[in-house]
Amino acid sequence: MATFMMHMLVCGGTGCRASASDVLYENLKKEIKEQGLQDDVQVVTTGCFGFCEKGPIVKVIPDNTFYVSVEPADAKEIVAEHAVKGRRVKRLLYVDPVNKEQIADSKGMGFYKKQIRIALRNCGLIDPENIEEYLAADGYEAMGKVLAEMTPEEAIQEMVDSGLRGRGGGGFPTGIKWQIASKVAGDQKYVVCNADEGDPGAFMDRSILEGDPHSVLEAMVINGYCIGATKGLIYIRAEYPLAIKRLKIAIDQAREYGLLGTDILGSGFDFDIEIRYGAGAFVCGEETALIHSMEGERGEPTFKPPFPAQSGYLGKPTNVNNVETFANVPVIYNKGAKWFASIGTEKSKGTKVFALAGKINNVGLIEVPMGITLREVIFEIGGGIKDGKNFKAVQTGGPSGGCLTEKHLDTPIDFDNLIDAGSMMGSGGMIVMDEDDCMVAVAKFYLDFTVEESCGKCSPCRIGNKRLYELLEKIAQGKADKEDLDNLRNLSMVIRDTSLCGLGQTSPNPVLSTMDNFMDEYIAHVEKDNCPAGVCKDLIRYEIIPENCVGCTACARNCPVNCIAGERKQLHTIDQSLCIKCGACLEKCKFNAVAII
Amino acid sequence: MIKLTIDNRTVEVEKGTTIYHAAKKLDIDIPTLCYMNLGDLKIEHKPGGCRVCVVEVEGRRNLAPACATECADGMVVQTHSIRVMNARKTVLELILSDHPFDCLICAKSGQCDLQDMAIKMGVRSIPYQGEKSTYKPDFSPAIIRDMDKCIMCRRCETMCNDFQTVGVLSGVNRGFEAVVAPAFERDLDHSECTYCGQCVAVCPTGALTEVDHTTQLVRDLADPEKKVVVQTAPAVRAALGEAFGMEPGTLVTGKMVAALRRLGFDYVFDTDFAADLTIMEEGAELLDRLTRFLEGDKQVKLPMLTSCCPGWVNFFEYHFPDMRDIPSTARSPQQMFGSIAKTYFADTIDTRRDELVVVSVMPCVAKKYECTRDEFKVDGNPDVDYSVSTRELAMLIKRLNMDFNTLPEEDFDKPMGESTGAAVIFGTTGGVIEAAVRTAYEVHTGKTLEKVDFEQLRGIDGIRSASVDFDGTEIKIGIAHGLGHARTLLDDIKAGRSDYHAIEIMACPGGCVGGGGQPLHHGNPDVIKARQKAIYKEDSGKAIRKSHENPDIIKLYEQFLGSPMSEKAHQLLHTHYFDKKRKEVLLD
Amino acid sequence: MTSIKLKLKDSEVQQLKDIARSFNNEPGELINVLHKAQEIFGYLPAEVQEVVAGEMNVSVAKVYGVVTFYSFFTMLPRGRYPISICTGTACYVRGAEKVLDEFKRLLKVPVGETTEDGKFSITCLRCVGACGLAPVVMVGDKTYGRVTTDGVKDILKEYEDEV
Ligand SMILES: Cc1cc2nc3c(=O)[nH]c(=O)nc-3n(C[C@H](O)[C@H](O)[C@H](O)COP(=O)(O)O)c2cc1C
Ligand code: SF4
Ligand code: SF4
Ligand code: SF4
Ligand code: SF4
Ligand code: SF4
Ligand code: FES
Ligand code: FES
Ligand code: FES
Repeated sequence: MATFMMHMLVCGGTGCRASASDVLYENLKKEIKEQGLQDDVQVVTTGCFGFCEKGPIVKVIPDNTFYVSVEPADAKEIVAEHAVKGRRVKRLLYVDPVNKEQIADSKGMGFYKKQIRIALRNCGLIDPENIEEYLAADGYEAMGKVLAEMTPEEAIQEMVDSGLRGRGGGGFPTGIKWQIASKVAGDQKYVVCNADEGDPGAFMDRSILEGDPHSVLEAMVINGYCIGATKGLIYIRAEYPLAIKRLKIAIDQAREYGLLGTDILGSGFDFDIEIRYGAGAFVCGEETALIHSMEGERGEPTFKPPFPAQSGYLGKPTNVNNVETFANVPVIYNKGAKWFASIGTEKSKGTKVFALAGKINNVGLIEVPMGITLREVIFEIGGGIKDGKNFKAVQTGGPSGGCLTEKHLDTPIDFDNLIDAGSMMGSGGMIVMDEDDCMVAVAKFYLDFTVEESCGKCSPCRIGNKRLYELLEKIAQGKADKEDLDNLRNLSMVIRDTSLCGLGQTSPNPVLSTMDNFMDEYIAHVEKDNCPAGVCKDLIRYEIIPENCVGCTACARNCPVNCIAGERKQLHTIDQSLCIKCGACLEKCKFNAVAII
Repeated sequence: MIKLTIDNRTVEVEKGTTIYHAAKKLDIDIPTLCYMNLGDLKIEHKPGGCRVCVVEVEGRRNLAPACATECADGMVVQTHSIRVMNARKTVLELILSDHPFDCLICAKSGQCDLQDMAIKMGVRSIPYQGEKSTYKPDFSPAIIRDMDKCIMCRRCETMCNDFQTVGVLSGVNRGFEAVVAPAFERDLDHSECTYCGQCVAVCPTGALTEVDHTTQLVRDLADPEKKVVVQTAPAVRAALGEAFGMEPGTLVTGKMVAALRRLGFDYVFDTDFAADLTIMEEGAELLDRLTRFLEGDKQVKLPMLTSCCPGWVNFFEYHFPDMRDIPSTARSPQQMFGSIAKTYFADTIDTRRDELVVVSVMPCVAKKYECTRDEFKVDGNPDVDYSVSTRELAMLIKRLNMDFNTLPEEDFDKPMGESTGAAVIFGTTGGVIEAAVRTAYEVHTGKTLEKVDFEQLRGIDGIRSASVDFDGTEIKIGIAHGLGHARTLLDDIKAGRSDYHAIEIMACPGGCVGGGGQPLHHGNPDVIKARQKAIYKEDSGKAIRKSHENPDIIKLYEQFLGSPMSEKAHQLLHTHYFDKKRKEVLLD
Repeated sequence: MTSIKLKLKDSEVQQLKDIARSFNNEPGELINVLHKAQEIFGYLPAEVQEVVAGEMNVSVAKVYGVVTFYSFFTMLPRGRYPISICTGTACYVRGAEKVLDEFKRLLKVPVGETTEDGKFSITCLRCVGACGLAPVVMVGDKTYGRVTTDGVKDILKEYEDEV
């Protein structure tokens, strides 16, 4: 194998691909070849770097140069300058949003400084379509060790000792889960990887499967060995074609290498993995629904117990774990439970991957140790709020979670603290909101999601969430009264108390947490018919401020319904009866002459 | 054993018992809407969907559904705490907020589980108003689906798919739009529905009801030009009393006759008469096939299956059309009655068939459809004009302000009111075949039965088998009630695993006593068993207990039909079946 | 759900049978079979569901129940250029709603429907995992990131000249 002087890692994740990183990759290869450098410089497609917002990303090793927003046309310059002359292309370097300095080395970027990468360890580093690269990064070593040197009991004990808790939302201790599944008698057992990733706004599972699929396969084999299962199933959403493709390649390669199939590594243990597809239903992330979906049924949850460990896929004992949970497993065996348990807080060990999004400068995927504060995440890693606005809230846990505010900024993040604060870890979505976001509208947005995604099996969720949504709509339209607020709360509590599955049991959280933290906003909508953030369409008007208007006609030209009148250099006016409140005028006016009233 | 505390009282239960049943032991009544357990019939439906049964379990974050939560040692349960009552009421208010306020004009009113619960909970207003889900009503020849009233308990689905294995219904759509419907939300008429009515029998609300024929009936009774004849099926008399507060299993034959007469029917006859006739034909057919078989005829099809249940007939026409040559060709008693009434009887009273209206009172929903079949019409005039259910008859009696309990006991009219014990037991599973055996035995052996009760054919298990000694020849008999059980037997026959000579099949659990048109059992299987008992009681009290000894039947053959299986009998009392397997989409 | 009438060709029925067979006509594989069928036909009309039900030995009602449960399955043909607007949380907070409104306004069709000429259809989906580029719009397999209301007409323009 040739040893290369330089590696150019081109992000091949979904985000960067959307900005033509595949073309960029081809261009880089072509340029390298043209320069005759193909034996010195290797161009590699990797998984997501996490910094998708500034994609496509190219990282050059060994000097750790981190290029952002690279276009296919930039390939020529990168090769000519960096590969040939050893000079960095300055204009493609990352600029710190706070001090406006260019940063060349990714290690110096605030985005990466506080991150510890365990689950994402190989993402952005290895070519996910090449098993050799995974093997070179200690891949399948843990599996080899477990199969050759450990009894299932010992291997399970290691998991218990590590303190790893499920990353799919519930935070159930993984080792204990395996223990339960191993103790249930059954002629056939199953290992299921939950890759349904339903939380809209979270994409860590996708990134892991796209960037490091073998780590999940390896963990599933270990899991199978521990509980006595010979068959694994990965349930993945059909919306992730790239992840599916890479998983398929990885499974084929692993089989070829004898790492899946019969008598793995001569251990006498058989294990194989199949892929099953979701078809667009959030509730299928819930494990019993997921199992029914894999059986070809409607994805309706069933009451637990029986838990999947007792009666799961085809009625057999089944262990379900999340992608990120699995991705942690090989490292735990490689580095030891003790090492893993040394990271994080007392009851939440290790790291957690978050998908940082919303009104924040550095949108992307981050992996941080448990116990880090929201402040560190938002203001250091995230680089603060976009456009210098004020932080208002951060929503964690997706549609099942809640909003955290200023007062939670210094709370160490872990499973239990988030629940105490009225939210939850969920799968790791973290949506940052600023002063322009209306909390009633945010709650309504989540409820809209729940209403659409409720399976309809139980009455509180099927009807109750619809009524919650309608109440919120009434509030957003300024048609609600105080009694509606009481009803909103009671209904939320009852839905939480009586719903069959986790979806309904958590769906009122966005309402309750916004009511708890932003009651004044609710009151403003109800009592003053006013949306303080200027979002709820029925409660706002766009008006032109005469003092500021210079008559540039920008607003009138951009109004989609032509409801702005005014001659050049004359004061413009908006015909309120026609205005659809799209906000185009406000966006286009350079003179601050359009305001939301 | 497991020990727990419910409402501060301790109770011991077996492992696996749910909180609901444990509370029941203490006479604590936890309301339910979706849960259904038909005990011996082995139908348990436990989706945990309605959530009105929630209770508080100490140490649990949320409330637990009593119907689905198993008791654990040391559990402390509160079934009526403030938190529970508020949750329960709110859930009910939610259900009602997506429900039409049609109680005043709803077919289920007075027998509706949802209405009962609203009354019990004292709901006086619905704080959560909003959009209601609306669906196109579905009018089939037998069943009306008004899904606006569906509360998604999914009981119908369990009956249709798991118990009957017909598979017409499924949960469709998702979330607020979710509802139970046939494929493509088309009408039942465009599905493989057998009209067994078991979905109707378990629906807690007015979402599923039978097609109403009482309006037409009242109009015909009032029409002086028309002579209206009524026939009542055996299972009706064992259940009608329930609608008037009597204990399940009370026989009300005489009062029923009196009521019908007061309703204005010109002739009050008995379907049992036709049941005896069915035995004559079906029994003769069975004997014919048996004799040929025993003589070594390889062409003859055995086992012979009974054909008196129209739900079952629909089932094999849709699902086993290639086997439609094995059921008996004998028509159901309802149709035999109709065709004799509109020929033989019409002649005796000198009336044209179109002036004669034949009405049947049936425990059955499928019979509403059966009487509309083209092969049971002569020049467009049906042998049976329409069929009303036991429930509809009860309603009519109430509408006419009769005090059913104080009515005298009266007898059926002659000649089509005369019947034997054999006919009565048609109303329960195992009864048809027992009746057939009573006659076939005597005809075949030429001997008189010493004991007419064939205990080995009775019972409530879904599939039963027994053998009867026909004087040295062993006749193997299979019995199934519920179409799922029928399917099992049919699959066996298809696979050549079956050595039965004759099989009785009834579509409904328990046979017609558990028919889709009976007063609602509200999920209590004991009701069905009590009716079954009543049927056997009526049989044992009858003077004549073998069909071929019914004097009016003998007379009918002498005067009109000739002999069983004669050409005339074939024309009037037998039928043929169709291949209704769906070959392509039925577009509406 | 409404559906359009259609008569399957023998070859199409055969195709469906082959798909079912490739999954051993196992009822548990229903969803996989439907995925494949939708790949071929672009949607799942009633006729396709009937054939699938027959081949998989499950009731048609059940197939329909499954099809209507999952939002990925559709009984209506999509436009030649199916437009999917991501309304996941990350996209929502970055203005997906306004982008959606603009598509609806320009194409004059509501969500879930196809333009009269059969060219475009609009659907919403929840997160394609490209949240870094929010708001995200997909046309067919092509992903557009950081879409603004202004940018909508430019996206549509790309498909204007194509037949
Ligand atoms: C409505 C709902 C949606 C869920 N979605 C997901 C999901 O998308 N991915 C996931 O891994 N777990 C999801 N879960 C959690 C799973 O039910 C299950 O607990 C998890 O897969 C277990 O894996 P873990 O122990 O590794 O976290 C969801 C739960 C609920 C109630
Ligand atoms: S809580 Fe919602 S998603 Fe869960 S079972 Fe009930 S209706 Fe379905
Ligand atoms: S179904 Fe019950 S609650 Fe509904 S309208 Fe009819 S009687 Fe009233
Ligand atoms: S009448 Fe019988 S076959 Fe028809 S839908 Fe109801 S249960 Fe199913
Ligand atoms: S139709 Fe009746 S039985 Fe069926 S789900 Fe609805 S309420 Fe329940
Ligand atoms: S068993 Fe009786 S009530 Fe039921 S469908 Fe058959 S004939 Fe009708
Ligand atoms: S997809 Fe390229 S950095 Fe995430
Ligand atoms: S009766 Fe328990 S949930 Fe319906
Ligand atoms: S929320 Fe739109 S891509 Fe994730």
